[in-house]
Order: sequence, then structure tokens, then C-alpha cells
Amino acid sequence: MKVRILVRLKPGVLDPQGRAVHHSLDHMGFEGVEDVRIGRMIEMEVADGTDDATLTKMCEQLLANMVIEDFVIEKMEPA
Amino acid sequence: MAAPSNSFRAAVITFPGSNCDRDMAVAIEAVTGEAAIRVWHGDADLPDRLDFIALPGGFSYGDYLRSGAMAAKSPVLRAVVAAAERGVPVLGVCNGFQVLTESGLLPGALMRNAGQRFVCKTVELEVANTSSPFTTGYEKGAKLRIPVAHHDGNYFADEATLDALEAEDRVAFRYTDNPNGSRRDIAGVLSANGRVLGMMPHPERAIEPAAHASLGGADGRGIFENLVTSLISA
Repeated sequence: MKVRILVRLKPGVLDPQGRAVHHSLDHMGFEGVEDVRIGRMIEMEVADGTDDATLTKMCEQLLANMVIEDFVIEKMEPA
Repeated sequence: MAAPSNSFRAAVITFPGSNCDRDMAVAIEAVTGEAAIRVWHGDADLPDRLDFIALPGGFSYGDYLRSGAMAAKSPVLRAVVAAAERGVPVLGVCNGFQVLTESGLLPGALMRNAGQRFVCKTVELEVANTSSPFTTGYEKGAKLRIPVAHHDGNYFADEATLDALEAEDRVAFRYTDNPNGSRRDIAGVLSANGRVLGMMPHPERAIEPAAHASLGGADGRGIFENLVTSLISA
């Protein structure tokens, strides 16, 4: 089973990288960009039937830093 | 050669990618007169009867995932956490501070510097706590000049955590001119019992006397001297 995990900064946590990319987009002439926030995507191949509780533990204990980040787990169809 | 029973037993942990471990060991020996024991990240056990554990700076595991995240899950860290819970003093500098927050021994997180740039310079710190083993010899408000060299030194914690840290006198040091966007100018944080200190500046790079002032000065020495003094008097 393929699992995709999106790790994103919590709302309200300043994202200096996103801000710098936002500035670059402005300088390049792209108009109408209101906000940029940068996160991380992790794709994993895990045994079919790996339960949500286990995936959540992986996120909470390593893949995300719960002080500053939130995560979303997306299970993809088995290949 | 058998070490005398009252000798100072310090361990310096080396992770793949640590690069200040030797500096830390040299600093410890310069101040205490005792060579530090070097411990590899894969070791599941620490030497017994340790007086002090240091987590050095560097780029453990290439800063993969997040700075300090992988090292915080390494076998030796379980032993470090257990030792800290027994009250063994632990100092984490720079990447070592990141490892301490990632492991949960200290609250908060170290984020990318607000200015996006790697910051490498000597900064001025103000001593905020004077009761921990690391800071007991200082006057409150004393100024220290200690080098920083980091990309992810922007200390973050939510407002409630920051309020609690201040109420519990757990901010060890503050920047007088914040180089990285750290909340409330925090440069160093203590555990609830005051025996775990994480700080971004490198005291181990500031232990040589005035002759080498251009190489960072000697203001970092006090942190190690305070620790030795407090352990002797304990």
C-alpha cells in the first residue's frame, strides 16, 4: 500500500522559506500570490493493512515535529 | 591507568555528521583536566557513573528530515534520556540543542533562521538564569560573548510554553541582538530540574584565554566551570 504523508507548518508558525519564495515570485512578476507556505511530502510503501494508528504514531514520533507541524495521511490505492 | 574515584567523568556523543565533538572534548579536558569519554551514536549503553553528557554541534545524519530528528531516535539517545531522568547533567550545543528538543528532553523547536541565512559570528548573550548547574556562578544579566554558527537556530515554542519557561526561570541565556528570530530572544533553555541545557551558541569554541580572543575568547569556559563547581559542592 502506498501512503502519502503531507507535513505542514501549523497555522501561525512563521515560514521564512515560504516568505522568501513569495518574494521571489513577486520579483519575477507573478501577480496575485497572496501567501506561500512550504511543507514536506513523504511517500511510503507499507504493508497492506497497516492501520491508521500505526501510521499516526510514525508521524507523531518521527515524520512530523508536533511542536511546529501538522500532518495529513493519504492512503493511495494498492498498486 | 585507573582514574581517581573523584575524577570528572564526561561523555561526548558523536553522531554521523557531528563536527564539534572534538572541540567539545578538548574544552571539557581543558576545564576539568579529565579526558572526556567518546561515545558513538549506535552504542545502546553509556559508560557508567557519568557526571556529564555533552551533545555536540554539527549536522547529525545530514540534517535529514529535520535538524536533530534522526539523532533523537538513535540508540544512544534512549540511554541519554534515561541518564537525564536520573539527573545526570546534559548539555546540547547547536545541533545538540536541536537533538534535545527533538527528543523531548527540552520543549520547543529550532526552526530555520528568520533571515534564511546561515549565521556565523560571535554574539552577545545575557545570563537569565543563575540557579542551574551551568549558570550558578554567573550574576543575573551578566554579558557573555560566544560564537554562533547555525542555519536552524530560530527557537520556537507556543506562547503558553514560553510563558511557562519564563515563569519557571528556565531561560538560561538571551541574545542581546537576536541573530535568528528566536522567540523572546531565547538562546538557551533548561529542563524543569535545571540539569539539561540546550543552547545554540558554542561555549566550547570560547574556552581559550585572552591570547586567542580573536578565536572566540574565553567566555564559554564559565559554563563548564560552573558545572564542575556545582557537582563538587553537591
